[in-house]
Amino acid sequence: MLRLLSQQLRLNERDLHASVFGPGKDSKTDTSTTQTDGSSFNASMQTSPASMINQYKFEEEEEDADTKDIFVTVDNPESHVTAIETYITYRVETKTTRSEFDSSEFEVRRRYQDFLWLKGRLEEAHPTLIVHPLPEKFVMKGMVERFNEDFIETRRRALHKFLNKIAEHPIFSSSEDFKIFLTAGSGELTSHKKQGPGFLSRMGETVKAVAAAVRGVRNRPQEFTDMQEYAEAFSQKISSLDKVTQRIVREQKEYLEELKECGPTYALWSQSEQELAEPLKNVAGCVDNCCKETEEQVKHLNDHLIPVLHEYVLCADTLKAVLRRRDNIQADFEGKTEALATKKADRDADSKVLSLAWDSLVGRSPEEVKQQKQQKLKGEIKEMRDELDKAEDRLEWANNALKTDWTRWQKVMRTDLRSAFIDTAERNVSYYEKCLAVWESFLQSQRTDAEGNGNVDSS
Amino acid sequence: VERTSLLKMMEISVAEAEKRTGKNAVNMQETYTVYLIETRPVDAASEGTNPVPDSLWRRYSEFELLRNYLLVTYPFSVVPPLPEKRAEFVWHKLSADNMDPDFVERRRVGLENFLLRVASHPDLSSDKIFYSFLTEENGWKETVFETGFQAKADSRLKALNATFRVKNPDKRFAEMKHYGDELQSVISQLLRVRARAADRLYGVYKVHGNYGRVFSEWSAIEKEMGDGLQSAGHHMDAYAASVDDILEEEEHYADQLKEYLFYADALRAVCRKHELTQYELEMAAQDLTSKKQQREELATGTIRTFSLKGMTSKLFGQETPEQREAKVKMLETQIEEGEELVKERNTECEEFVKSAWVDIERFKEQKDHDLREALISYAIMQISMCKKGIQVWNNAKECFSKM
Repeated sequence: MLRLLSQQLRLNERDLHASVFGPGKDSKTDTSTTQTDGSSFNASMQTSPASMINQYKFEEEEEDADTKDIFVTVDNPESHVTAIETYITYRVETKTTRSEFDSSEFEVRRRYQDFLWLKGRLEEAHPTLIVHPLPEKFVMKGMVERFNEDFIETRRRALHKFLNKIAEHPIFSSSEDFKIFLTAGSGELTSHKKQGPGFLSRMGETVKAVAAAVRGVRNRPQEFTDMQEYAEAFSQKISSLDKVTQRIVREQKEYLEELKECGPTYALWSQSEQELAEPLKNVAGCVDNCCKETEEQVKHLNDHLIPVLHEYVLCADTLKAVLRRRDNIQADFEGKTEALATKKADRDADSKVLSLAWDSLVGRSPEEVKQQKQQKLKGEIKEMRDELDKAEDRLEWANNALKTDWTRWQKVMRTDLRSAFIDTAERNVSYYEKCLAVWESFLQSQRTDAEGNGNVDSS
Repeated sequence: VERTSLLKMMEISVAEAEKRTGKNAVNMQETYTVYLIETRPVDAASEGTNPVPDSLWRRYSEFELLRNYLLVTYPFSVVPPLPEKRAEFVWHKLSADNMDPDFVERRRVGLENFLLRVASHPDLSSDKIFYSFLTEENGWKETVFETGFQAKADSRLKALNATFRVKNPDKRFAEMKHYGDELQSVISQLLRVRARAADRLYGVYKVHGNYGRVFSEWSAIEKEMGDGLQSAGHHMDAYAASVDDILEEEEHYADQLKEYLFYADALRAVCRKHELTQYELEMAAQDLTSKKQQREELATGTIRTFSLKGMTSKLFGQETPEQREAKVKMLETQIEEGEELVKERNTECEEFVKSAWVDIERFKEQKDHDLREALISYAIMQISMCKKGIQVWNNAKECFSKM
């Protein structure tokens, strides 16, 4: 089934989509590239799965060579009140030099629902590619109000990361839906969202895939089983890290509560003393300063390390979902293979006695019936053959896409987590350095005092 | 540490602690700890020879006995306190058990400190009972009881706990008493808050140990990140473990504060004693004044002071001149005795004020010096803790970069 075709320098999402789901009903004859459901199929740009993956890899190396040509920012949350609901929109600003964009700067406002939509589109178009997670719809624990300032800021940061991860992904960043998300006015976006025969046709495929999943995968290649095990283990570990970090934050906060009472106690003491008043006041000041530093440190953990760990907890779930979808695609293929084999067996088998009896009743000759039957079977088999070919292509593409994206994801994960941990370690060092300076200045003041009083401090 | 004549003579230390079992006063089996007091002549070290020190074992209750004796015998001295009888201001990791080895060790240090404080006190250091406490293992208890201090102890305790109004206390002592109250209150508060903070800090450090465990498990499933994660995990374990030493050092700081918490009590006792002597003086003076008034009345025939005798004589008739003569003579004797008593008590009071104030001033200087040193050592502890933290996290950062 492999077709050797011309290479193209930049992958087109539509082509990938087409090879997964087959050309859409309308697109066989349509050579234009403006269909907004993204399912158009351009004959001259058709590429084989294998060559596409080569291009994907090629893309990645190009990316690494520092050719970032699109910059996306999410900021400026604003509250909108309508008769029906209240919601938040965020400003999404894009600066790019890419040729497919009509201009080099765009500014639009988007709400959380819009991000959800984009994610859904990308997942549907690329079921075995790993889409970076979105922040969750709402926080379960505690009574976090949706419009609480901290919540909005945390969400804004996560949405910003989400878009940047999409922009950095070699395949997602050339998605038409992504482009529209970044550039379309709200009216345009709404109407684009509504168009979706693509969605419905994909629904059909999804349903079939789910049905296949019920059967289960027979011969999963070892590498995917390995990935499954990794995803499970990674999920556990990263969840543990998330929990440990949250516990640290809790303990730090409780420590801070107690520490906050120390300074004032030293200050109170200083009021009863004469000679000791000054050093006691000094110590009180030092303790208060350390409190402030501890507060900053806790905030940093909360704002930087915890969100990253949380993202990767969600990523772990994405990994598992992606592997499941791949399994479904393979199950679908296996199912179709089985069905074809059965049909072929039918064809090769002798005509059944019962049907002959019926046909003679109806008034047709056995030969005629046999001919008709064979003709019908032949047609069915041809159709199933075609379907099977597509399923095989789909599977091969899914597998290769997954493998490549898996490697890519691991690199990104490694970079993200490494820099998050380095950042945390640096922050801890800085915290201790600041506290150290506070206490050293106290020692210094006591030394100068001692010298001033004519005592020589022997410590 | 003042180089008193005692300390010029000998070195004192509480070298060891041991568990013993034996029968107590009610013939029940009990386990208790004994402490080894070692004394060594000062010139021994300088001579180059290193003779075995003299030593004897004492238990906590004997130290208490010694201190009670000192309290009664030197009421004008701010007597150094003993380390606490029961563990207080504990945080969860610290045991409240008197048999706990850490508690015993800290008590050993506290007892040594007590002995050195007494040995460096200008008045207490030359006490014979104290000397024999250090040098005579057997029969010391009997010697103490023979001094008869217990009788004085009981009355002193009663007096100190009684409430009475003093008309003219020495202002300085009143201020000192008030200061003692404040000091006790604020140090208690500080110890409480510090213990709670120590508890929390312990929690923060120990949770980081979980990072060590998870990093180690995670490194097993990663290829390139494995080594970096694994070594970072070790540093997290080290970080978690470091809090034990940190808090042990802080406990030493807490002990220094505790000493002055108990010193506040000793200070207040001296002030109370002043009030007592002043009160007794005022009572004697009051009594004298009333007797003089009685005499005047008898002489002039006017009754200004109420006396039962006077009333009865009014009711049942005047007394005879002989009777009156006898009364006057008695009063004169009483007045003479009263004036002697007032003189005595006045001298007592003045001497007490003089001696006590000298020791209070000495105590103030010692307190200011010691507590300032304690604060400095606290700062040094904090600095050391910060340096450890910097080192661990820098190491961890290096490991993370290798991920």
